[in-house]
Amino acid sequence: MTFLDFLKDPVVFLTQWFNGLLAGWGLAPGAVQAIGVIAGSFILATGAMLFVVLLIWIERKIIGRIQDRLGPNRIGPWGILQSIPDMIKIFTKEHITPSGADKIPFNVAPVLAVGAVLMVWAVIPFSVTFFGVDLNVGLLFVVAVGSLGEMAIVLAGWGSNNKYALLGAFRAVGQMISYSVPMILAMIVPVLMAGSMSLVQIVQQQDVWFILVSPVAAFILFVSSIAEVGRSPFDLVEAESELVAGFNVEYSGLKFGMFYVGEFLHAFTVALLFAALFLGGWRGPGAEEIPVLGFIYFFIKTGIVYFASVLIRGSLPRFRIDQMMDLNWKLLTPVSLLVLIVTAVAYKLIAGLPTVIWVLIMLALNAVIFWLVGKYLELYDSQRIRREVGRRDRPIAKTKKVEAQSESGAGL
Amino acid sequence: MTGLQIAFLLIAGITLASAIMVVGAKKTMHSAMWLVLALMGVAAVFATLQASFYAVVQLLVYIGAIAILILFAVMLTRGALEDAGGPTHKRWWMVALAGTLFFGGLVWALRLWSGFTAILVELPKDAEHIAEFGAALVDPGAYLIPFEAASVLLLAGMVAAIYLSVERKGGRT
Repeated sequence: MTFLDFLKDPVVFLTQWFNGLLAGWGLAPGAVQAIGVIAGSFILATGAMLFVVLLIWIERKIIGRIQDRLGPNRIGPWGILQSIPDMIKIFTKEHITPSGADKIPFNVAPVLAVGAVLMVWAVIPFSVTFFGVDLNVGLLFVVAVGSLGEMAIVLAGWGSNNKYALLGAFRAVGQMISYSVPMILAMIVPVLMAGSMSLVQIVQQQDVWFILVSPVAAFILFVSSIAEVGRSPFDLVEAESELVAGFNVEYSGLKFGMFYVGEFLHAFTVALLFAALFLGGWRGPGAEEIPVLGFIYFFIKTGIVYFASVLIRGSLPRFRIDQMMDLNWKLLTPVSLLVLIVTAVAYKLIAGLPTVIWVLIMLALNAVIFWLVGKYLELYDSQRIRREVGRRDRPIAKTKKVEAQSESGAGL
Repeated sequence: MTGLQIAFLLIAGITLASAIMVVGAKKTMHSAMWLVLALMGVAAVFATLQASFYAVVQLLVYIGAIAILILFAVMLTRGALEDAGGPTHKRWWMVALAGTLFFGGLVWALRLWSGFTAILVELPKDAEHIAEFGAALVDPGAYLIPFEAASVLLLAGMVAAIYLSVERKGGRT
């Protein structure tokens, strides 16, 4: 019986056992709670960081397959233990502090980079009973903590006393602040529909997954969260062909490892957030009665989102900086504003209708927005003037527009 | 002394110390970083007062936006931005005296304020009404006009920034 209980909900079972044990030792209830909170956050953070070992392997394997390689395949079955020797190697490397570096910012930055991501895990509900804390401003907390990550990059870029690092930091922060705008606007859509900023509440309100109600907002969140993490195609932050390695160029050994862990963890964390906000979080058949099922559902959903982002990372080339800014300010921000306004108005108007009709209306509205944006892009593209670069007789594929221009515009 | 009081004393100490370092640091960049720590201390004070909304907004607005802008502005400014010697002002003690007198006067004027002696009551868990706060911001009877005025002010600032930074073609100014 107790074993079944344990299987159904291991986290609550262990917590109760642990609290009972401490209370049995004669500790005050307040002390038991404090120890529980400290131990819980320690376990969650350590678990998340150890999880990164697996993430790095998965990502290297997928990227390897995309590039027609095998990926890591020597250590352990399918190379699954490859990250562990890598980790040991990075532990034993020397910490180099460049001359003229600003020591405190230089050393605080890697810790802050990982800490800022780990703090997000505190508010994510992993199953019906398993979440760090149910903050009523959960989503706002996620966004605010994200700004600490920006701070880490600024400190790293400044503290390194290196021009490339500083340039990388400028790019990174410019990109992260810009893409926060559509990301937050897209996050408001689930908040509107759930009527709460608490992630626990948002998941509980998703009788219909919000991706069905607002696919455009979900797409915007997905794109801008990739940009927020700074991975390909938005990896201008550490464009190795332009900036050597960006803000972390001067870091070595474990400090570099912290940035590396932070990046992978951040990529997975935005997938977790996407799954919680738009894919129903832990919800699924039987997840309320058997919480551990919800945990599994949540990680399957997150895995799908993460896999999509890794596929994109492996297959798309990098944006130019002006294209990156254009995409954000000229497309994603206006579209997310439009989606937000349409959702807010329509949701109030049709709130009383049966669920199926209500979802269909919202889907239709999203389809109209999608179509309008497509038309606008077509128009924009057809009116854009493409300057011809290089020799006139260069044997490349030209669009008709360019040919016409080069014939008539000979006097340019 | 309860745990909360100890936490408050620690946070207040860190906040005040970093606030002093903001004016005391030799490098402008360091001042900006101390300012970040001071602002974080204020956010922590909000958190200990169970005002999680204000704590998060403090973090978001002051650290996520304003402090990063200040750091950028400092980084983009030319020169090393370091104080070479002592204070440029020889009569710094007069300024210190004036400041102390002003602060003392404030404390004296407020000595009878009931807030100093009020005993803090722990709020119930659902005491924070974000929805009501939001409604008050768009209610003409409450804070609609200040709220809108603040947004117009921000808009004016944005227009000014764009005007200053736009590239004028052909050398005309």
